Amino acid sequence: MSFNYISQILPSLIQGAGLTLQIFFWTLILSIPLGIIVSLGLTSKIKPLKWILEIYVWLMRGTPLLLQLIFVFYGLPIIGIVFQRYDAALVAFILNYAAYFAEIFRGGFQSVSVGQYEAAKVLRLNYWQTVRKIIIPQVVKIVIPSIGNEVINLVKDSSLVYVIGLGDLLRAGNVATSRDVTLVPLLLVGLIYLLLVGICTLILRQVEKRYSYFK
Amino acid sequence: MLEVKNLKKSFGERVILDDVNLTVRDDEILCIVGPSGAGKTTLLRCITGLDTPDSGEFLMDGQPFDPQGTGASDRVIGVVFQDFNLFPNLSVMENITLAPTMVLKESKEAAVKNAKKLLGELGLSTKGDLYPWQLSGGQKQRVAIARALAMKPKILCYDEPTSALDPNLRQEVANIILSLKKGGVTQLVVTHDLDFAEEIADDLLKVNPIDQNQD
Repeated sequence: MSFNYISQILPSLIQGAGLTLQIFFWTLILSIPLGIIVSLGLTSKIKPLKWILEIYVWLMRGTPLLLQLIFVFYGLPIIGIVFQRYDAALVAFILNYAAYFAEIFRGGFQSVSVGQYEAAKVLRLNYWQTVRKIIIPQVVKIVIPSIGNEVINLVKDSSLVYVIGLGDLLRAGNVATSRDVTLVPLLLVGLIYLLLVGICTLILRQVEKRYSYFK
Repeated sequence: MLEVKNLKKSFGERVILDDVNLTVRDDEILCIVGPSGAGKTTLLRCITGLDTPDSGEFLMDGQPFDPQGTGASDRVIGVVFQDFNLFPNLSVMENITLAPTMVLKESKEAAVKNAKKLLGELGLSTKGDLYPWQLSGGQKQRVAIARALAMKPKILCYDEPTSALDPNLRQEVANIILSLKKGGVTQLVVTHDLDFAEEIADDLLKVNPIDQNQD
């Protein structure tokens, strides 16, 4: 395994990792807020809204992400909805991950005791003051470990975009492996994933620590 | 002086409060005693605005007020909950100053100054920077009292102040309530503990479960 060869293929792997990271960040940035909104809908008193969102969550969590990806890119054009590869990937990932985040946040909101809302109410805090100052900090603390799991899953799940022909990290490695008949690119791909997950883990640990001042 | 007139409350077919009348005179302590199921807590929840009565009238110093209202003339009741319901994500000082700054629009300095005074009176001067999980049960209760008093209520209400505490702290709670009375705080205490009530009360209201004709 010469350094020369590694330095030759590294640029293409890094380029692939760039796309992996793009999908990772856009999915996180958009699916977390969407998940919070859906979680509020899931606990809503408006029954039809609740049912529709429950079906959405059931579909997204009950079918493989790979199927959803194929469905959005290859299936939807049949009924006239056409996405570019990259957009199709984002749509599928955001919808899928928002469903998981929604369930996590629903659990988080429900585990804050009614007493907290009542204490805020008798102190005459309004709804948004209560949510902002009292409820959200407690929910965030509760959901961090579960969100962390999903974040790490997302790093690796992003490799599924391979199936719709996007040039991510995994594809870059696979192309080099079949061209040069060597395992080195795949090993490097593995290392880069480990590195990305390692960085995520460290960041998540810091976030958890920041919230450890209360119990 | 708080007057409650003709208070009625039912849950479905079950009548909980049937025409309850009570008066709490200034600088006095009214204890409401009775076995569980007698509607003590429901009565308190109606007075503090956490439940909506079916009918009834609330007067503070002769002026009608709405326990659920948010106007200045409605902010007359303070509550110390059975399990205190302190905000775990806020320090003792922040627990006390949150509502005065956000609701009464007091300046931070004024709110902190008042909070320090209250903490001093309750023997908690060194606890301001701690978080609720670092406090004993008795200390939590005193913080809850300080938090309620910081809103300058005309009446301070307690729900079962002895039941979440070690039995040997009972006397301590009685002493706190009596010393607040000396300081001019009008108080309403709901308890199932008749001995405790007789020790602190100026006035005693006994309630009993209403016989349901159904069943």
